[in-house]
Amino acid sequence: MIGGLFIYNHKGEVLISRVYRDDIGRQAADSAVFNSSGPLLEERLRNAVDAFRVNVIHARQQVRSPVTNIARTSFFHVKRSNIWLAAVTKQNVNAAMVFEFLYKMCDVMAAYFGKISEENIKNNFVLIYELLDEILDFGYPQNSETGALKTFITQQGIKSQHQTKEEQSQITSQVTGQIGWRREGIKYRRNELFLDVLESVNLLMSPQGQVLSAHVSGRVVMKSYLSGMPECKFGMNDKIVIEKQGKGTADETSKSGKQSIAIDDCTFHQCVRLSKFDSERSISFIPPDGEFELMRYRTTKDIILPFRVIPLVREVGRTKLEVKVVIKSNFKPSLLAQKIEVRIPTPLNTSGVQVICMKGKAKYKASENAIVWKIKRMAGMKESQISAEIELLPTNDKKKWARPPISMNFEVPFAPSGLKVRYLKVFEPKLNYSDHDVIKWVRYIGRSGIYETRC
Amino acid sequence: MTDSKYFTTTKKGEIFELKAELNSDKKEKKKEAVKKVIASMTVGKDVSALFPDVVNCMQTDNLELKKLVYLYLMNYAKSQPDMAIMAVNTFVKDCEDPNPLIRALAVRTMGCIRVDKITEYLCEPLRKCLKDEDPYVRKTAAVCVAKLHDINAQLVEDQGFLDTLKDLISDSNPMVVANAVAALSEIAESHPSSNLLDLNPQSINKLLTALNECTEWGQIFILDCLANYTPKDDREAQSICERVTPRLSHANSAVVLSAVKVLMKFMEMLSKDLDYYGTLLKKLAPPLVTLLSAEPELQYVALRNINLIVQKRPEILKHEMKVFFVKYNDPIYVKLEKLDIMIRLASQANIAQVLAELKEYATEVDVDFVRKAVRAIGRCAIKVEQSAERCVSTLLDLIQTKVNYVVQEAIVVIKDIFRKYPNKYESVIATLCENLDSLDEPEARAAMIWIVGEYAERIDNADELLESFLEGFHDESTQVQLQLLTAIVKLFLKKPTETQELVQQVLSLATQDSDNPDLRDRGYIYWRLLSTDPVAAKEVVLAEKPLISEETDLIEPTLLDELICYIGTLASVYHKPPSAFVEGGRGVVHKSLPPRTASSESTESPETAPAGAPSGEQPDVIPTQGDLLGDLLNLDLGPPVGGPPLATSSVQMGAVDLLGGGLDSLMGDEPEGIGGPNFVAPPAAAVPPNLGTSMGSGLSDLFDLTSGVGTLSGSYVAPKAVWLPAMKAKGLEISGTFTRQVGSISMDLQLTNKALQVMTDFAIQFNRNSFGLAPAAPLQVHAPLSPNQTVEISLPLNTVGSVMKMEPLNNLQVAVKNNIDVFYFSTLYPLHILFVEDGKMDRQMFLATWKDIPNENEAQFQIRDCPLNAEAVSSRLQSSNIFTVAKRNVEGQDMLYQSLKLTNGIWVLAELRIQPGNPSFTDLELSLKCRAPEVSQHVYQAYETILKN
Repeated sequence: MIGGLFIYNHKGEVLISRVYRDDIGRQAADSAVFNSSGPLLEERLRNAVDAFRVNVIHARQQVRSPVTNIARTSFFHVKRSNIWLAAVTKQNVNAAMVFEFLYKMCDVMAAYFGKISEENIKNNFVLIYELLDEILDFGYPQNSETGALKTFITQQGIKSQHQTKEEQSQITSQVTGQIGWRREGIKYRRNELFLDVLESVNLLMSPQGQVLSAHVSGRVVMKSYLSGMPECKFGMNDKIVIEKQGKGTADETSKSGKQSIAIDDCTFHQCVRLSKFDSERSISFIPPDGEFELMRYRTTKDIILPFRVIPLVREVGRTKLEVKVVIKSNFKPSLLAQKIEVRIPTPLNTSGVQVICMKGKAKYKASENAIVWKIKRMAGMKESQISAEIELLPTNDKKKWARPPISMNFEVPFAPSGLKVRYLKVFEPKLNYSDHDVIKWVRYIGRSGIYETRC
Repeated sequence: MTDSKYFTTTKKGEIFELKAELNSDKKEKKKEAVKKVIASMTVGKDVSALFPDVVNCMQTDNLELKKLVYLYLMNYAKSQPDMAIMAVNTFVKDCEDPNPLIRALAVRTMGCIRVDKITEYLCEPLRKCLKDEDPYVRKTAAVCVAKLHDINAQLVEDQGFLDTLKDLISDSNPMVVANAVAALSEIAESHPSSNLLDLNPQSINKLLTALNECTEWGQIFILDCLANYTPKDDREAQSICERVTPRLSHANSAVVLSAVKVLMKFMEMLSKDLDYYGTLLKKLAPPLVTLLSAEPELQYVALRNINLIVQKRPEILKHEMKVFFVKYNDPIYVKLEKLDIMIRLASQANIAQVLAELKEYATEVDVDFVRKAVRAIGRCAIKVEQSAERCVSTLLDLIQTKVNYVVQEAIVVIKDIFRKYPNKYESVIATLCENLDSLDEPEARAAMIWIVGEYAERIDNADELLESFLEGFHDESTQVQLQLLTAIVKLFLKKPTETQELVQQVLSLATQDSDNPDLRDRGYIYWRLLSTDPVAAKEVVLAEKPLISEETDLIEPTLLDELICYIGTLASVYHKPPSAFVEGGRGVVHKSLPPRTASSESTESPETAPAGAPSGEQPDVIPTQGDLLGDLLNLDLGPPVGGPPLATSSVQMGAVDLLGGGLDSLMGDEPEGIGGPNFVAPPAAAVPPNLGTSMGSGLSDLFDLTSGVGTLSGSYVAPKAVWLPAMKAKGLEISGTFTRQVGSISMDLQLTNKALQVMTDFAIQFNRNSFGLAPAAPLQVHAPLSPNQTVEISLPLNTVGSVMKMEPLNNLQVAVKNNIDVFYFSTLYPLHILFVEDGKMDRQMFLATWKDIPNENEAQFQIRDCPLNAEAVSSRLQSSNIFTVAKRNVEGQDMLYQSLKLTNGIWVLAELRIQPGNPSFTDLELSLKCRAPEVSQHVYQAYETILKN
C-alpha cells in the first residue's frame, strides 16, 4: 500500500509530508532484518524525499514516466499547476488505485480551499494533514467523498464537542455506510434538478478530409436539490434500450431507430446501481446532494462533426509559405456556434505574417508559433476563410518543419453524439412530493476536445 | 486562515521560544506553537527536542490540537521511545470516549506509533474497538490490526486478532468488510503458506455481496482479493465473472482494471466453445478503451496493462486499432506506449492505416518517439508480408529526409527486412550506400556493413566501402568490428581475386592488434578455416540464414501469465514480477493462472522444452581465457561432440557459424594440413601442436569439475534434472543436481544457451530457505556463453544463509541473472546433502535420546522392493552419512539402529527392519524419531533415493 505522501513546490521543497509506513526511504543497501539499526526514520525520509527531487523534479529530461523506481522505491506523481504530488511505496501496490487516489485528493483539496497552489497549501497545511489522516489509513484509501468529509472535518476547528450523540452516529454511519454520499434529512422547499449533457467531440482528420479517428466523450452532470432520499431513474435514447422496448411495436422501432445512439461504453458515479445497469440497462440511483457527475460515456458512430477544416499549405521557395484555411459549419442554420478559435501553426523560423480573413479576427502570435483566428459566433451551414502569407528566415537546418496539425475550439448548443435525455423520474416514497412536482432543467453543450486536421 | 506564516519563522533560538509557548497557559498560544512545530517538522527541521512539551499538550478537549499532537507523536515517537510511553494513558482513555470519532482517532494513531513498548498497551483497547458498536471504529480497528502485525506479528497471532479480523469479513457494514479484506490480504502476503484468507465459495459469496455496497476503494480491495481465489470448476468461475462484470462500468479506473484482472484470470478456466466466453471477450473491449480517456498518468498505467492483455488475448482489442493512434498533445510516455500497442495490433486488415500514421509520427520532434516509429515501420514489414513493399518505400522516403537519426534507424530496420525477405528489395541498396558517411551509431554502422557483406556480389564497390570502414578499425565498437570482419570474409569468398589483400589486412587487425578475445577468436577461426578448406569456409560463412521471427519483444509466456495475475499493480506497469522490485519476503510468491478445467482444450503451457544433452561421459568445455584453446581441447577427447546444426545461426551472424559448424570441419583435419595455396598459417603459438603436455594442468582442472563427481567417495548424487527449461528463461536452460563430498555441499549446474545471442554476466542468488543454504562463492562463468554452448559449473554452497521455513521443507528458490534478464526457478534438494560427517551417535546416547523423544514424533515408512542385505544397506547409507549405531537380529530380521545429523544440528534417529532371508519380502521398514518431526518425511525420501540407486 501507499507508504507515504509528499507535496512539493516547483523548486522541489517539501510542503507536506506524511509517512504511513516505516520502509519508505530505507536505502537499498539497508534492507537488513534489523530495522532499528538503520538510520533514523527522519534520515531515511530525507533520502526518499531527496531521491524524488533529484530524479524527477530536477531531472534534466522531460518526465519519461509518471511512475519512477529509485533504489527499489516507487514514486507515483501527478502535477497540478506547479505543485507536485507524490505517493511513495516499496510494495507491489495497485498502481491504478494510487493514481485515482492522487486525483481524488486533488479534488478533495480543491473542494476545501480552491486552487491547488503553493500559497493555498501552506495556508491550509493543518487541514491537509487532518484530511490525509482521515482519507488514507496505513496507506489504504478510505472514504474520500467530500460531502461526507465536510460533515466532520471543517475549517473552523472541530465542533465535535458540541455534537449530540445522534449527530455523531449519523456522521459515522454516513462515512462508512452504503450511501456514503448522501445524508438523511435534507429538505428543500422547492425540489429542483438540473441536467447538463456536456460533450467534447474529438477529431483527427487527414489533409484530404478523411476522418482518421473521431469520438465523443460525454458527461452527464447533475445538480440536484431534492428532499429526503429520492430514488431517481434516468433514461436516454440508448440504442439497446430502445430496441428492447421497440420489440412489440414494429413501426416505433423504425421511427425511433434513427434517433437512438450506440454508446460504446459508459461509466457511472458510485451512486448508480451497476448490477441493475448490467442486467436491465436501467440507470437508477439515489443522488448526492448538489452537483456531481452522473455518468461518462463514449460514442464513435454517427457523430455530427460541427465543423470541417479544409487546409491548403503551399511552399513557395524556401522562404515563403502560403496558407489557406476554410472552415464550414455543419449543423442546423438556426443554431449558433460560439467561441470559435482556429489555430494554424507556423514554422519556428517565421519572420513575418500577413493575414486576411473574411470573418472574425486573426493574429499571428510569435510566442505560440501560431496564427490564431477567432470568431465570436457562427450559424450553421455557413463557411468562412482565412488566407495567410508566411515569410520565413532562411535556415540551414536540414530538418523539415514537422507541420503540427491545425486545431480548433468551439462550443455548440447541441450534443454532437446525438444523445437525448428521455426522462429523469424522481420517487420519494416517504415524503409527499411526486415526480411532477420536481422542476427539471436540461441543457446540451458540445465542445471541441482535440479537434485537429493535419495539413 | 494564514497558516503559511508558520513556514517563515527561521530565527535563532527558535526551539527555546517554542518551548516557552508550548508551556503557555493560553490555549490559543499553545495551538499556535504546536502548529509552528508541525510546520518546522514538515520542512525537515529537527524538533524532536520538544517532545515532552508537545506531549504535555495532548490532554485537551480541542480535537484539532489533539490531532496535531498526534501527528507529531507519529513522527518522533520512534526516536524517543521512553517518552512515548507518557502518551499511552491518554490513548487508552480516548479509546473509551463516548464520541466514536475520538475512539477511532485514538486507535488509529496508536497503531501508527511504532514503538514496541506501546504495542503491549495497544492490545486491550484494540480488542474492544474491533467489537465496537460503531462501524467507523470497527473499520479503523481492522486496519490497526495490519499495523500491529507489521510491528509485531507474533503478538497479533498470540492475541487472536487474526481470528477477530476474519470474523469482520462477515460484518454487516461494507466498509468494515473492505478494510478487513485489505488488512488480511496484506498479512497473508507475508505468510505465503498460511491459509489466512481461507477463500471458499461461502466467503466469496460474502465478498461479492459486499462488492455491490462499499466505496470505490473497498471495491478495489475486494476485487484484488478475489483475484487470488481459484474457483473449483468452470461453472463457479463463470458465476463469479457474471457478478464481477458490472464493475466494468465504474467511474474509477482502478475498479475497472481490478475487475479486468479477475475476469482475465478466471477466463482461463472457461472453455472457448462456451457462449459466455465470447460474450465476456466482447464486454472487455469497451472499458479498456474508455480507460484511454482518463488522465494521462492513468492512461499510462492502462496502456502498460493493455500491452499485456493484447499479448495474452489479442482477440479482445483487434478491432480497436484507431483508439491507439497518437495524439499530438499526448505526453511522451503515453505516445511511446501507444506505439507499442499499435504494432502488436497491426494486421493485414488495418496495415494501411497504421503505416500512414507511423509515417506521420516519424516527422515529429521527440527523438525517442521518432526512432520508435521508424522501427515500428520495420516491424510492420516483418509482421505483415503484404505490407513489406509499402514499408520499404516509406522507409526510403524517410531516408530521403536526411535527418540523421531517422536515416540510421531506417537502415537498422531495413537490415531486418532483408533478412526476412531475402533477395527481394535489394534494389534499395544503392540508396542506402549513399548515406554511408552519415552513420555514426554502432548499430546502424553494423547493420550497413552487414548489408554490404551480405550483398557484396551486387555492390560494385563493396571492397571500397568496406575498406573505408577498415581505416578506423580500432576506434569502432566491438559490434562493428565483428561485423566488419565477417563482412570482409564474406566479400572475399564471393570475390576472391580482388580482395585478398583486404582480408589479410582485417585478419591481422583482428588477431594481432586487438585485445578483444571475441574478435581475436573469430579472426583465428576464419583464418584457419580459409587456410585449410576454403570450400568449407564458404559453406560455413555463406550458409543460408534462418528467417527471423515476427514478434521480437514479446514477453516470455510464463512471465506474461504471472503478470496477468498482477494487472493494475506496479508489476504490470514495470512488466517485471514483484520479486524484482520488492524487498524481502513479500511478493516473492509467484502467482500463476489457473489451469483450464475443460479437457477438450489443448494445454497452452510450454511443456515442450527439450531436456539438455546427457551430461557426464563427454565433458563439455569450459572456455577459459582464450576461447579457442578451450574449444580445441575437444580434439583430443575422443569422439568429437556433434556440432549443432548450421541452421541455428543468429542475428549476431558469424559467431554461431564459427563456434558450431566451423569447428566441425576443423576437427577432421590434422594440424599439418594447414597452409592452403595462398595463405600463411596463423601464428603458431596460438595452436600448440601438443595439447596433452602444455595444457596438462588445464585438462585436469576440467576433469575435476565435471567427471570427478561420480568416482570420488561422497554421498549419492542424483542425475541432473532440468530445473529451468529454455522456454521459460529466454533460451537459458539450467539443469543440475546437488552433491556432498567430504563435508562440502555443492550445486552442480549445467548451463546451456539455447538462444541466439551470447549470454554473459551470470550471477546466482537463493531465496531464504529452511536450512540456510546459500552460495559460498559467486557463480563463475569465465567466458560469455555462446549460442548452443554448454558449461558445467560446480557452485560451492554453505549453510550459513538466512533461514526461513519453506513449504515443502526442502524447497529452494533460485534466481539466476544474466545479461538478458533475471530468471527464477525452484527446486527440491535431497535432504541427504545436509547429513553431516559427524552424525554418528554414541550407543548410550542413542538409547537415551530415543526414549527421550516422545512417541508421537515417531514416523513409520516402508521402503518397497529393496533386495539388499543389512551390510549392503549399512555401507550404502554410510557413504551418505547415515551411520549405523548398532545392529541386532530379532527373529530372523535384521534391525539397524542408525543416526544422522543435519547441518543445523537436528538429530534424526532411525530404526530399519530388514528381512534378508525372505526373497518374497523385500520391503524395508523404517521408523524415524526426531525432535523436529517435519523433517522425517524428507529423511525417508533420502533413504529411498540412496537405497534404490
